[in-house]
Amino acid sequence: MTAMDHADYPRDTNLDDTELSRRLTRLWASPKGLIGFLSTTDHKVVGRRYIVTAFVFLVLAGLNAVVMRLQLAQPDNDLVGPKLYNELFTVHGTTMMFLFAVPVMEAVAVYLVPLMVGTRNIAFPRLNAFSYWLYVAGGAMLWIAFLVGAAPDKGWFSYAPLSETQYSPGKGVDIWAQMITFTEVSALAVSVEIICTVFKQRAPGMSLDRIPIFVWAMLATSFMVLFALPAIMLASTGLILDRLVNTHFFDTLGGDALLWQHLFWFFGHPEVYLVFLPATGMVSAIIAPFARRPIFGYLAIVLSIIGNAILSFGLWVHHMFATGLPELGASFFTASSMVIGITSGIQIFCWIATLWGGRPVFKTPLLFVLGFIVIFVIGGLSGLMIASVPLDTQVHDTYFIVAHFHYVLIGGGVFPLLGAIYYWFPKITGRMMSEPIGRWHFWLAFIGMNLAFFPMHLLGLWGMPRRVYTYPADMGWGTTNLIVTIGAAIFALSFLVFFWNVLVSFRSGRLASANPWGAGTLEWATSSPPPPYNFLRQPFVTSREPLWTERGVLPVAEGLRVDRRELILSSVVDGDPIQIETSPEPSIWPFLAAIATTVFFIGSIFTPWAVVWGTPPIAVTLIGWFWPKGSKEEVD
Amino acid sequence: MVFIAANHWLPVTRCRTFPMLKKALAKSPELALTAILCLPLAACGGWQSALNGHGPEAERLAKLFWFFTAVCGVVWLLVILALGWALFRRTPRTSAPDDPVLIDPGNERRSAVAVWALTAASVVVLVVFTLVSFFASRGLNAASANTLNIEVTGYQWWWQVRYLDPNPSLTFITANEIHVPVGRSVKVSLVAGDVIHSFWVPNLAGKLDLIPGQTNELTFAANRPGVYRGQCAEFCGLQHAFMGFRVIAEPERDFAAWRDKQIQPALQSDDDLVRNGERVFLNNGCILCHTIRSTSAGGRAGPDLTHVGSRSAIAADTLPNTLGYMAGWIADPQAIKPGNYMPSIPLNGGDLNALVHYLKALK
Repeated sequence: MTAMDHADYPRDTNLDDTELSRRLTRLWASPKGLIGFLSTTDHKVVGRRYIVTAFVFLVLAGLNAVVMRLQLAQPDNDLVGPKLYNELFTVHGTTMMFLFAVPVMEAVAVYLVPLMVGTRNIAFPRLNAFSYWLYVAGGAMLWIAFLVGAAPDKGWFSYAPLSETQYSPGKGVDIWAQMITFTEVSALAVSVEIICTVFKQRAPGMSLDRIPIFVWAMLATSFMVLFALPAIMLASTGLILDRLVNTHFFDTLGGDALLWQHLFWFFGHPEVYLVFLPATGMVSAIIAPFARRPIFGYLAIVLSIIGNAILSFGLWVHHMFATGLPELGASFFTASSMVIGITSGIQIFCWIATLWGGRPVFKTPLLFVLGFIVIFVIGGLSGLMIASVPLDTQVHDTYFIVAHFHYVLIGGGVFPLLGAIYYWFPKITGRMMSEPIGRWHFWLAFIGMNLAFFPMHLLGLWGMPRRVYTYPADMGWGTTNLIVTIGAAIFALSFLVFFWNVLVSFRSGRLASANPWGAGTLEWATSSPPPPYNFLRQPFVTSREPLWTERGVLPVAEGLRVDRRELILSSVVDGDPIQIETSPEPSIWPFLAAIATTVFFIGSIFTPWAVVWGTPPIAVTLIGWFWPKGSKEEVD
Repeated sequence: MVFIAANHWLPVTRCRTFPMLKKALAKSPELALTAILCLPLAACGGWQSALNGHGPEAERLAKLFWFFTAVCGVVWLLVILALGWALFRRTPRTSAPDDPVLIDPGNERRSAVAVWALTAASVVVLVVFTLVSFFASRGLNAASANTLNIEVTGYQWWWQVRYLDPNPSLTFITANEIHVPVGRSVKVSLVAGDVIHSFWVPNLAGKLDLIPGQTNELTFAANRPGVYRGQCAEFCGLQHAFMGFRVIAEPERDFAAWRDKQIQPALQSDDDLVRNGERVFLNNGCILCHTIRSTSAGGRAGPDLTHVGSRSAIAADTLPNTLGYMAGWIADPQAIKPGNYMPSIPLNGGDLNALVHYLKALK
């Protein structure tokens, strides 16, 4: 901490709390006005926007699902035709995976990770703002296309050659592929920020074995993004090139249709774990305070998370068991798919052990965690069934699979997320959510989800393929589909209850203290909601649950300047403070760069020349973004 | 309903209730009774069900399914019991009331032993699953000496079926309906005509994809006579939902009789209406897409119609093969399967009537 030797700058050391708070607020607050709104680099503001936007996409994609369920409620139905139905399931899947499930986990991380590791802002906050605007632009493009009737209709994995120009004229598939490009860039940006925040910005004393498990989960997830997304980037770019400039990556004129599937699923399988790993981190974060004890098997859980992150890259072929692969090769992927059951099982055993050794407090967040275990274990076990090559040849591409992945994604993703919202809502808004409404929400969601998705297992076994816009009455699927639709309606109703709870609680919920649940991790050490500077004084960490071990007053590190945005950088392994770094000021340039990038991406759907005229504006905005200002942060 | 009656000896009962058929049922009590008798069988998903195996492959897969389901059910139950016990056990917690950090070391040791034991048990279950699955798949797809060879080509949205034989005169093409002899293994070579499709007859075997640029081979057999429905299982565009077909398993003698008929060129008829229908067929562009052997119709874009009258359904198992449905299909195929590649050809009533009589006569 060499900079601390100088005494000629104002520092937090000699200021009382009121004065320090006043000066830090002035220093870290987001600027006012429209320009200020677009310029903010506060991870909490960006994180909130990210979370809200992701839930907007959840609602939109949920409405897709409602229409699909109405269509399938009875046989030979003609509520929607094949074209619209195919658009509905394509936009539903694409939105849920690319615009809701993965981004919402990143969104929660953008908000929480800096608080949990005890720093004042996320690493590369301008990149963070940029990633948010790009995400919004990509999602808006897809949905505007859907509303004007130019939506993709080839499913969320757009298999070639069906997605090639010959079988998919129009711009739908291009919009789909380019939407992926938007979310790729945005997800890669967030991952880089989280990795750097976790590795370099942890509070002094937070060695690797004191990192909260949610942060571990996000770290592992971020590394997965770095390795998984290049595969889909390659695939979607190849597809766009095939369609735009007649290359032959995946068509039948020299390309390879199966190559698309390999590339897509090399990304697509880890994609599921991009949702699941953060969710398990949330579960671990919630279980500890509600079991009133530290998590059991911290090391085992962390190793399982890392194990899952690595193993998830070795499973992609189990999406392709019906493509006629050599038997031995396919069986290898059966074995690897089984292995991931072990690392997932260990986490579940540790959570049960935590509850067993604790004193469970049955509040809504814990209810959702318990619901998660009940539902997710079903999804995990049906996952073992489809990991078997011969069994999968019967259930692949049927409603059994639809049932399976909704059990995994809703059970393993949405339930923990909803628990997390109930758990962290007081931190984010300063108000508690209603417990009674929360219970109604939970039971409706739990019953609706199971009623909607469990019968789908049977439909699949009775021969109903997925992605059919209707079915003849004599197939005998009508009654079961009606039950499914009723379940879906109850599940949709549960979300109405949830949003009602959010609105009511946001306006008039009980005020939350800094640590309303009596939890042990750092995000609860600051007020609810946190001030723009997160922590008045830099916390110093001595254990995994500092708020439990320190009982009240946390030790703090002092000496940070209060006239410029300063952060402490620490060593990767031990969390020793090694350096002071400045955090960037708010800037409008990331927003402008996002607009320029959007014009470039969307332009290239229509003409390859967009690559030529679209790049100079991006260069200009990037130059503006990185222009050395000669400001006080550069002087010394 | 006619074609159901014709197949009354089949063990797999079907009761196709097309909307128009429903009205007919209301008028005819006997038919209604038949339909009611059919219902329980239809409700159990009879003729397109993975749980109702009618061949060695499907039976083995169904057994495998029940084994996995039983073990997984027990595992799930144990997890839920453990969770319930953890939540509601009455044992007094030894740690001090308000201190989450104080942990009872004895409890921790017990928990650690339990987690290790459960992990070990999971490993055992997963190893068993892997081995069982591996050995189950090894026995599948075993061809016998007198295997019947068929090549199936998937098109948007119908199936071309070519019976192969070393003797070229025994090779012929049909569509959307596959006849097989009971008890003999059938090797299907799967080829994609355009995009990826997936060949799936759940009562007989697991599915296998048809992929451009490669030929996949699936071998199965039917134990019992019956009609088994299949359906494309890989999303292939607008009318993926209506890309069905049938596998009709019949005794060897019946199969041979059927094959002998299929090899024949199209029937020539003396009936004026039928001859008029042939003229309509040959003069209205139908020949651009369809083949009828022994006539000048040699189009390849659509199904071979040489013996279309002998099939039990049309439009890839979308409609029953009756005069009425055939006429409806030809008059407005886009209303029945929106987006399919068959254009509506304007015909006057007399021509349409003649045409469907001709097609139905192509037995």
